[in-house]
Amino acid sequence: MPSVIRLLRLLAVIATVLGAPAVARAQNAEDAFARFNADSFSDTARAIDILIQSAHPNAAVIIEALADGRLLAGGGAVVVKTKAGSFVDARSGQALAAEPAGLSAVRLNNNVRRVIQGALGGLGLLNPDPARRAAAAEAVFRARDLSVLPVLEAAIAKETDARARTALRQAQAAILIVKTDAPPFDRIAAVDVLRERGDQDALATLRALPGDASPALKEAQARAITDIEGKLALWRAGQNLWYGLSLGSVLLLAAIGLAITFGVMGVINMAHGEMVMLGAYTTFLVQEVIRARFPGLFDYSLAIAIPSAFLVAGAVGIAIERGVIRFLYGRPLETLLATWGISLILQQAVRTAFGPTNREVGAPSFMSGAFELGGLAITWNRLWIIVFAALVFLALLAILKLTPMGLQMRAVTQNRRMASAMGIRTGRIDALTFGLGSGVAGLAGVALSQIDNVSPNLGQSYIIDSFMVVVFGGVGNLWGTLISAMTLGVANKLLEPYAGAVLGKIALLVFIILFIQKRPRGLFALKGRAVEA
Amino acid sequence: MITRFLISNMDRRGLAFLALIAAIGVLVPLSNLLMPAGSPVHVSTATMSLWGKYLCYALLAISLDLVWGYCGILSLGHGAFFALGGYAMGMYLMRQIGSRGVYGNPILPDFMVFLNWQELPWYWYGFSSFPFAMLMVLLVPGLLAFVFGWFAFRSRVTGVYLSIITQALTYALLLAFFRNDMGFGGNNGLTDFKDIVGFNVQAQTTRAALFAMTCVMLIAGFLIARGIVGSKLGKVVIAIRDAESRTRFLGYRVDHFKLFVFTVSACMAGVAGALYVPQVGIINPSEFAPANSIETVIWVAVGGRGTLVGAALGAVVVNWAKTMFTSGWMAPYWLFALGAVFVFVTLFMPKGVLGTVQGWWEKRRKPQPEPNGEPAPAE
Repeated sequence: MPSVIRLLRLLAVIATVLGAPAVARAQNAEDAFARFNADSFSDTARAIDILIQSAHPNAAVIIEALADGRLLAGGGAVVVKTKAGSFVDARSGQALAAEPAGLSAVRLNNNVRRVIQGALGGLGLLNPDPARRAAAAEAVFRARDLSVLPVLEAAIAKETDARARTALRQAQAAILIVKTDAPPFDRIAAVDVLRERGDQDALATLRALPGDASPALKEAQARAITDIEGKLALWRAGQNLWYGLSLGSVLLLAAIGLAITFGVMGVINMAHGEMVMLGAYTTFLVQEVIRARFPGLFDYSLAIAIPSAFLVAGAVGIAIERGVIRFLYGRPLETLLATWGISLILQQAVRTAFGPTNREVGAPSFMSGAFELGGLAITWNRLWIIVFAALVFLALLAILKLTPMGLQMRAVTQNRRMASAMGIRTGRIDALTFGLGSGVAGLAGVALSQIDNVSPNLGQSYIIDSFMVVVFGGVGNLWGTLISAMTLGVANKLLEPYAGAVLGKIALLVFIILFIQKRPRGLFALKGRAVEA
Repeated sequence: MITRFLISNMDRRGLAFLALIAAIGVLVPLSNLLMPAGSPVHVSTATMSLWGKYLCYALLAISLDLVWGYCGILSLGHGAFFALGGYAMGMYLMRQIGSRGVYGNPILPDFMVFLNWQELPWYWYGFSSFPFAMLMVLLVPGLLAFVFGWFAFRSRVTGVYLSIITQALTYALLLAFFRNDMGFGGNNGLTDFKDIVGFNVQAQTTRAALFAMTCVMLIAGFLIARGIVGSKLGKVVIAIRDAESRTRFLGYRVDHFKLFVFTVSACMAGVAGALYVPQVGIINPSEFAPANSIETVIWVAVGGRGTLVGAALGAVVVNWAKTMFTSGWMAPYWLFALGAVFVFVTLFMPKGVLGTVQGWWEKRRKPQPEPNGEPAPAE
């Protein structure tokens, strides 16, 4: 019976670790090497067992190489081909200068593989490295192999590292759950250990409880399952909230420039999405230049791209304002159409210059990867984008509240005629506002290039959402835009698990259409007669 | 009385337009059916269907001009009403396919069989009858416009905000109709039509008849719009466009007037969509795209808003230019040209081609009081 053989094999490992004559070991190992040369599956399986029993120092390396098909044998010699491609003699561990002649790979079948798995698992539990011990315990947890239990218990008794000990205990608990003849008290304790673990795997393990368990055990299992499911649901909600915050920060970046422009000038800039697209393409160009000329600076590419994108998009914005919008003063609907035309021109220009396909924008190293926070998986790029959005928001707040230009912008927003009568040059403020709004859109493009495809259509995917944010939040206040963006982002992501992405979006659009009926000028509307004009 | 009502509002330009469309409506189908294929006077079926499509767009443009040029409601979602009318017709045509579809199911259209649906959804019932389908062509866009408008105009949503939420409306419908679960064909739309009222959709005679029908509907739509605009109701609507608050304070229920005009316009757009579908052969959700609706606005702007003839003219001219541009070496530059048209027309020709020509014409004659319906360049 395979499990008994495995049990014996592992007991042998313990025995040999506790000390056995070196000579006997060497002789057994020689037997193993001879069997590797025999080119038969049963011999190979036996060879693995013998190798383990003999506690040969290279046993782990040899068995791993065998699993990968890197163990070569022929003419009495046994050679390991390392992952790097060099050759090492299996018996002595010495490196070989060149591949010896007459070798062929030792073959495997499923039985041999099973034997290898068992051997590696057993080896792992007693590995000197605590991290490897924890990993081996994890493998045993999943496999729930009853025959490993004695080894586990011995290992737990000897364990000094806390993390490894927890892993070993969990593995033991997993086995006890399925072991019907274990003492009931131990099994209930095992349920508790699994509840402590509290993740999806623990849930699966708890559900593997055989049907003939005692009522007390079943009750403990039911309680533990409810507990874990509750915790998992909370973490899932937290994860959705995180996604919502991330989406909200992206919406904020995309929409805040539009809100400022709309507030000051009363025009919706349909080319706003294209400003975002220009920012993303600027990032792409900056990275191309860095890749070609200064490869060492790649990690700073975003730091260089941010001001460049701001300047490029801002310059284009000022050009649009001076060139087209200035002449349409007082006709917001015509401005809408003219800016739509400009957006078509910009899209086609970029398409002609860069091609219609997506362009690759790489992430710097500090923005790659993810980390775990409890049950949440948090990716670095989204975290940095949230930080970036917050910084941009604060910067804009500072500009509006603390600088003279900001003061003039706020004055023109509230009452254009009176501001003009007070000596503020509204034409200049218009141009600067449009430039600022477009520049911020460019910054949004830099951020979006990290999480979305950079193509000429990038702007179109965000323009409708930006409109919704502006219309929902109103233009009286930057805080309105912040609240609106976050609300829409979080609502979208919280709806997604229930309704699906598309229906969620539709629901939000319908909600905004209805909301506008109640508050026609958004959440934070400007008040006063001058606004109605 | 109705004829008096309609004719009394006509001016020379309108009469010329009616005569032109009537002539086209008679001559083109005749030339297609009776003239031999090689003759220079023959209009090929493909050209006829293409011009039929242009005329459907012209009707859509007239409907938009009614709300925008005369009432000041810039609807960036009129394509939604067009597409809804188109879908109503499309559903009727799909039911007419019967068992001649790829899967041979007499009740379920092909895409439903493909999606493993077992029975027809309730909203498809009745579309096997032509009168019902035609009623839906009017009712569905009209109802949507009525509900939307009732909410929007009552809350006094105006200007840019209204334009944005009409765009949101059509975008939401785009997303909804793209879903395969909705039962309207999903992203493939409705196509592969066979019969319309018993006649083969592809047959030359049917196409000629559809073309003639389009001309008739265009004339009807023009007459209705002209009738509305020239009546006392029209005067109030124009007043709302020019000075909404003042009109409200004078005692008129502004939201009622707007709602009426908006609903009529939506029904007209629905009819345009319904005629468009058999001539083009397919209806799919991309008709709901905001970009299409915004293009409609530029047709009206180019032709001359506030002049119904101008809107129809603009639709035909811009779409003709689009066909010319997008087939051949100029294809990559079409979007440049279209964008430039947007910018140019709004900056330099706010009254559109017709309005500018009219302006020149007026300048050359002695100064006279402005004729009926001439728009003032206000918002």
